[in-house]
This record gives sequence, structure tokens and C-alpha cells, in this order.
Amino acid sequence: MQSIERAAAILRLLARGSGRLGVGEIAGSLGLARGTAHGILRTLQRVGFVEQDAATGKYQLGAALLHLGTSYLDVNELRSRAINWADALAARSGEAVRIGTPLDGQVLVVHHVFRPDDTLQTLDVGTLMPLHATALGKVLLAYDAGAVAELIPFSRRTITSPRALARALAEVRETGWAAEVEEFTVGEAGLAAPIRGYGGLVVGAMGVSGAVERLCDAQGRPRSQLMTYVRDAARAVSRDLGASRW
Amino acid sequence: MAERYVMALDQGTTSTRCILFDRNGRLVSVTQREHKQHFPRPGWVEHDAMEIWRNLERIAPESIAQAGATPDQVAALGIANQRETTVLWDRHTGRPIGRAIVWQDTRTDTLVDELSRAPLAETIHERCGIPLATYFSAPRIRWLLDHTPGLRERAERGDVLFGTMESWLIWNLTGGPAGGSHVTDVTNASRTLLMDLTTLDWDQGLLDFFGVPRAMLPEIWPSTAVYGAATHVLPGVRIAAALGDQQAALFGQTCFAPGEAKCTYGTGSFLLLNTGTAPVRSTHGLLTTVGYKIDNEPAVYALEGSIAITGALVQWFRDGLGIIGSAPEIETLARTVDDNGGCYIVPAFSGLFAPHWRSEARGIIVGLTSYITKGHLARAVLEATGWQTREVVDAMNADSGLALKALKVDGGMTADNLLMQFIADVLNVPVVRPMAAETVSLGAAYAAGLAVGYWPDLEGLRRNWHRAGQWQPAMDPVHRANEYDNWRRAVERTFDWIRPSRQHSPEGTGA
Repeated sequence: MQSIERAAAILRLLARGSGRLGVGEIAGSLGLARGTAHGILRTLQRVGFVEQDAATGKYQLGAALLHLGTSYLDVNELRSRAINWADALAARSGEAVRIGTPLDGQVLVVHHVFRPDDTLQTLDVGTLMPLHATALGKVLLAYDAGAVAELIPFSRRTITSPRALARALAEVRETGWAAEVEEFTVGEAGLAAPIRGYGGLVVGAMGVSGAVERLCDAQGRPRSQLMTYVRDAARAVSRDLGASRW
Repeated sequence: MAERYVMALDQGTTSTRCILFDRNGRLVSVTQREHKQHFPRPGWVEHDAMEIWRNLERIAPESIAQAGATPDQVAALGIANQRETTVLWDRHTGRPIGRAIVWQDTRTDTLVDELSRAPLAETIHERCGIPLATYFSAPRIRWLLDHTPGLRERAERGDVLFGTMESWLIWNLTGGPAGGSHVTDVTNASRTLLMDLTTLDWDQGLLDFFGVPRAMLPEIWPSTAVYGAATHVLPGVRIAAALGDQQAALFGQTCFAPGEAKCTYGTGSFLLLNTGTAPVRSTHGLLTTVGYKIDNEPAVYALEGSIAITGALVQWFRDGLGIIGSAPEIETLARTVDDNGGCYIVPAFSGLFAPHWRSEARGIIVGLTSYITKGHLARAVLEATGWQTREVVDAMNADSGLALKALKVDGGMTADNLLMQFIADVLNVPVVRPMAAETVSLGAAYAAGLAVGYWPDLEGLRRNWHRAGQWQPAMDPVHRANEYDNWRRAVERTFDWIRPSRQHSPEGTGA
């Protein structure tokens, strides 16, 4: 916890005055060992809260601090960083892959990979889907305390009670993945896992969807092998985005 | 038995990537490191070959570790590389002679201009399939020999070696100064202006014309063959393929039959059409090049439309102008407006390549008014890639007498949906992205895997190809025609900008 206090002090120091300080000046001002100050600055730099001037080596507040309120990862950047792993997931699972981010109480599809069977399919990047009735949406809801979904029924199996939804989301947080079986479209199912950025912050969801008989076993439960593929792919993207633990 | 993988090294213009693939051509691990771009003068672009080698030393073991594997699980290594970039190094010390001169570098323009007036110059295109231009390696070798005191003598003695990036890396992987193999592959050799396109060997007449000593040249090998085992970095791993990156992408897209084509969108963009075992000469500004050569089989040729600057324009928008923080943000910015607002950017940073081949052209932004915002500029940046593709496709259709029905695309820019839709719109054909966007690496892996029997045949590789995304054309034909007309008028305005007689470069006097 001490390092958080020190990080906060460094940010306050940089926010003061001219705003460009060398590591020695920062260490001197705060009475820290140079190595300690440097370590904290490097972490702050990695998350975008401070930037280092290439020419002088001095530090200043980073652009990410100015955009704390808005989404910090551009959706096109997310697609670009995830595209290889989304392809690999489609190839392994044999199913269509989508990546979603939250937008105005819905899921915005930011990337879509066709099911690899070369049948006629249409890209649906840019379309919106319901948060509470899709696996992608449940993941986004589960990790965003502020998100609210309007519980519109799409099929007999859509979750429409707030209590049932809260239970489902608690399970998502516990297991680290979400499933949806005929809750949005009859005959279709979906599986999804979170994509995390620095510090474990969930920045999107990645999942597969397709015919319920391919995604689920005879008891109607998601096939565990598919779930593993989805989680591995989402973890690989998270790792690329800098989430160290996942 | 433990799973075995094929490793691909993609030594590109901005970074070096190392990817492991499994038997189904699926990506298992990826590691990457960017290297520094040096721009010491206008028109000059250089890389530090030593930095690139050190990057490889680092990322290759990392990719194996990331897959949780060991080097003995790597069945073979395939290399794909940025083409035409010229490295000269000392055989005894392993030190590069200065920095590598990158394919975008135009310092040889005066030299090329002089050489083009020599009587033999007219036969070059016929012998090599490519025109005498600053884009290719031979003028760079000559420039280095002319501008480095004592270098020619050392080169004639065989103390100084020439190579494109694959030669440099293979030489280092196989021992460097302690007996490294000095080899290249036919696809890379076909970009030097020194190889006869039909004999697939160095041509003495061309060597004499450019004044390049034979002793410094690598031995030309097929693209797919066991080059030898690595002794450094990946000891014991067989190096089993080398291809220029664009030819590797053609292979990775499994364009094995005549008439199959792909376009790779990276720093530059390159449309290659497989023309089978006979070279087809272009009359519309395309290049004739070797597509690949599998071991002792006949070489397969390709027609190529090369576009120098596409992704590099986005990078310039990011690094040169600082308008965006990362390359993918260009799409976000472009979507803040509905159209280009009448603004066009022609990125003739290194002159214009196919189909114009105007080395004296330089970039312009036209149609500027007070109305133009950075959003319009971002649109114009993306549209420049679309229109340049259109020009090359028009040339390809004219040369082959066939109309392209769909375009297979790959490369980093295929993550940009706005751009892919725009390309489908301006070509008026569907644009198809395969499930492996990393086709350059995949092609190098396929070629290496074939050489060691990891994959049995081309047909097996073809079955790994699947459609991952497709964009359908949806632009009003009248609007398309008007915009294309505007683009062409913008292109004409880039011509005749650089005048060789007024060059102030102190080295500009040539030999």
C-alpha cells in the first residue's frame, strides 16, 4: 500500500509546476531512493499515467490520465491486438468468433471471424446485441458494476428477473466464463470469457457462438473443451494487452 | 511424443516476428520486436542489421518458451524477409559495413539515372523482369562500393559479403564468422537486378553493368530446401525455407495455381498473381518475379504490383505528425467524418512504384480548405491505400486479360474494417480475409514444413485455408468514378517534383 501512496505523491508532484521532472528530482523531492522512484515511474509509464520524454529522459503526466473517464482502449486497437488470437480460436473451435465491448447498455460487436466452414456468412462488426441475453454481454455485465441491462425477453429462456441475472453474473465472476443457451436465439448458444488490460481491468469479451448441438453436450451443458479454447484465447489477448496475472 | 511445431521468422521493415505454428497451420505463439528506423537525410532509410540480429536472438527463444516447448520440438525454421534491403558485412568480424539500406531508400536516384543512359540498360528489364529503379538492391551495392573507401577491393577479395536480410540472418544462425553459410533464395535474388530470370543464376553481364564483384554474392538456393542446421540461437534446428515476404504471403495464402492472387497490406502493399512456370512480361508497369521454387521442381513465377507506401502513411500520421497515438486509431478518427471532404493524400514518399514507376515524384496533400479536419485527413490516408490498390488491379487485369473476381487480402491493415470496405468499394469486387492474417509467417512456415516433410504436399496446405471475413462492394458507381478521377488528378500532381540536376546531396555525383 505504501507504493500506492508514493505513486500518488509522484503524480501530484508532476501535476504541479512545469510538470517535467527527472527521476533524480522526483526522488529528491519525495525523499525516496532513486531506484524506488524509478521502479514506480516505470509502472506508471506502463499504464500510461506518466510519459517519458525521449530526448531529455524527464517524466510528465501521461495522456491516459486525461481520459480516465472514457474508455481507455480504442475498439479498433482492441481488434488489431486480438485479431490473431480470434483467428486461432475460430480455427480451433470450428465456430464463429466475436469480440464485444459495452456501448450504451448493449454489446457492440467490434470484431467478427467467420465459422471456418467456408459457407456464406456476413460480417456483423458494428451491430449491437443485448447484454443480458448473450455470453459476451454477461461477461461485460459481470465485471462492470455500473452497467445496467434492460431485461427484455428474446426467448423462453432469456433471463428476465434481476435476481436470476445477479446469480448468473456471480457465477461468471466465480468461473471466469459465461454461457448462453438459447437465451437470445432458439437453437443457438454462446460461450465467452473476459479480455483484460493492465491491472486486470476488463476491456472486452471474446467468445464463440453457434448451433446449440455443437456447443453443448447431451445434457445441454457447454462443452468443456470449447470453454478451454475460449478462455485460452481471451487470456492470450489479455497477456498481449499487459494483464500480467491472466 | 511431444507436439512438434514449425517456426517462422518474419524479418519485416518495422519489426521482426517469430511465430510457432502447429500442424493445422494454427498460431501457437507470437513474439515480436520493433527495430529503429533511421532517416539520416530526406529519402534515406536505414536499419541497423546488428540490432535486427539481436532482436532475433531474443524473440526466437521467447516464442518457444511462450509455447511451453523446447527447441527439439521445432521441426524446421522458415524465414521471410523484407526484400531488396541491402546489407554488406565483413566476413571475418561479422560486423555490418554501415547501416543496411532499406528498400524505400532513394539515395541511388542519380546513380540510377546515369546507369539508365548506358546502352545495356534497355536489356535489363528483359533479363531480370524488373526495371532499373532505386527500389532494387544492385544500385545500393554499387553506391556503397563507390562511397566507402577501400570497400571495392575488400569485396573483390571476398572479405566483404552482400546479402538481403535472409542471407544476413542465415549466415549468423549458421555460425557467422566461424563458417556461416552465405546463401540466398531465388525469390530474394530475383529482386537484385543481378539474376537472370530464366537461368535463375547471377548474370555476368549484369554484374559487370553494375560493377558488383561476384565474390561478394551469396549462392542462390531454392525457396524450399534444407539450408542446414542452425548452430546459434536455435542449435540443431533445420533452416528449411527462405522467401521474400511478399512471396511468402503468396505461399501462405495457398495461391499455388496460375491465376490466384493476393494482396498483403503492410508498410507497403504488394499484389502478387501466380502465373505458373513461365514468366509473364508486363506491359502495364508490373514486375515479373519468382513466386517460389520448391527444391528441384521448376520455379513458379508471379506478376507483382508493388505499392511503396500504405501502412507507412498511417505510421507517418502517428509518428511524424503525432495526430494519432496508435495505428488502429486511424479508423476511429476516420469514422468521425462521413467522407474525405474533398481532400486527397498521395504518399509518393519514395516516388511512386507500380504502375507509375516515377522515382522523381513526391507526396502531396491536395484539396485543402478550411473545412478539412484531421478526420478528413485520416479518411484520405486510408483511401490512398484503396486507390493505389485499384491502380494496380487495373494494370493486372490489363496484363492478364482477365478481370479479378475477388481479392484475397492479408497483413496488419486487414484489421481495419473501414479500409477493407473501401477497397471492396473501389475495386467493385469482394475482399476476402483468410483465417490466418499472418500469411507472411504462415507461408515461410509452410515452405519450411514442406521441405522437412512436416506437411506432405500443397493440397494438404490448401485445406487449411478458410475464409475469416468478407467485405462486399457497396459504392455508387458514379461516385466511384468521380472519386477515382479525383485521385488520378492528384497523382499527376506528384510527378516531376525532384529534379536530378538540382540535387544538393554531396554524394549525389555518383561514380
